[in-house]
Amino acid sequence: MRSVASTILTLVLFATYIGIGALAHDTHFSLAWALASTALVWAGPAQIILISTLGSGATVVQSAIAVTVSAIRLFPMVVSVLPMMRSPQTKRRHLVLVAHLTAVTLWVECFRFLPQVPHQRRIAFIHGLGGGLVSVSLIATTIGYNLAANLSQLFGAAILMLTPLAFLFSTARNCRELADGVALVLGLVLFPLAAMLNSGVDILLSGVTAGTIAYGVHWWRARPTEISDE
Amino acid sequence: MSGFIGDWHALVILLIAGVFPNQIWRMLGLWFGSGIDEGSELLVWVRAVATAVLAGVIAQILVQPPGALASVPGWLRYAALAAGCVAFFATRRSIFAGVASGEILMLAGKWWLG
Repeated sequence: MRSVASTILTLVLFATYIGIGALAHDTHFSLAWALASTALVWAGPAQIILISTLGSGATVVQSAIAVTVSAIRLFPMVVSVLPMMRSPQTKRRHLVLVAHLTAVTLWVECFRFLPQVPHQRRIAFIHGLGGGLVSVSLIATTIGYNLAANLSQLFGAAILMLTPLAFLFSTARNCRELADGVALVLGLVLFPLAAMLNSGVDILLSGVTAGTIAYGVHWWRARPTEISDE
Repeated sequence: MSGFIGDWHALVILLIAGVFPNQIWRMLGLWFGSGIDEGSELLVWVRAVATAVLAGVIAQILVQPPGALASVPGWLRYAALAAGCVAFFATRRSIFAGVASGEILMLAGKWWLG
């Protein structure tokens, strides 16, 4: 519980979910809907995209595509988190909840806290930390939903601005390789270009292009050292 | 109670458009994760694409802002991002400094605009 309280990201998470609750209210979804989306989707950007696309009259299929594109990042996150939990006795079903709880906040905190947690207690630790974060977010969603009518536009804008800022800097902080940094910068720059094409899958287009270029840079830089090893 | 739950139709849409498209990536990570070496080239590429997609999501919120954020003029949104970046690197990558500076600049700009 102390781990939950002590992170700056929890504060950002709290504010973000106040924003999501308010957005859900303004888009005329029910409170139960907003809470279910927080508990079951558990990914801030995906929820913002889901609510704003459905609210602006997109079809279910268009929303689903936009959400799934934004969620691709969860795949490598889960892949990098699970080895920290796994022991020879661990069964896959023990890790289902860990996989569900994996999102950017938890992912960042895993690298910070897990080295101090004994291996066999890590799954329990993540269940506790993740459960705490989800609870905090459910409370924030409820508060945001009920406050929405009284929120000033300025406050609403400030809260929605938190998501891009927090995601940008927490991702930038966790860039471990050159490819990650290049991908982040190129992804930011290429999106406005891709958006001009109005393809409906703009983010996928700019993301795959920027990511592949970044991988190319990584491959090209790694090449000479591989040759010298031989 | 019906006010709390709203209509069931919307909850079904939540599952189809929100929960399933989001969870599939986590479950794929769980399913295939054990077979992939953390330092493998494939994973470097997947991570680069995932990072770039996240960057795209960030850019989309700034370029095509949802809800109340649309009331902030574009130049001010980008200036806030730039201020955040400056603070982030000036403080040797403090997430808090980056987020706080971006927010403060945006709020100050909005206040100044009236």
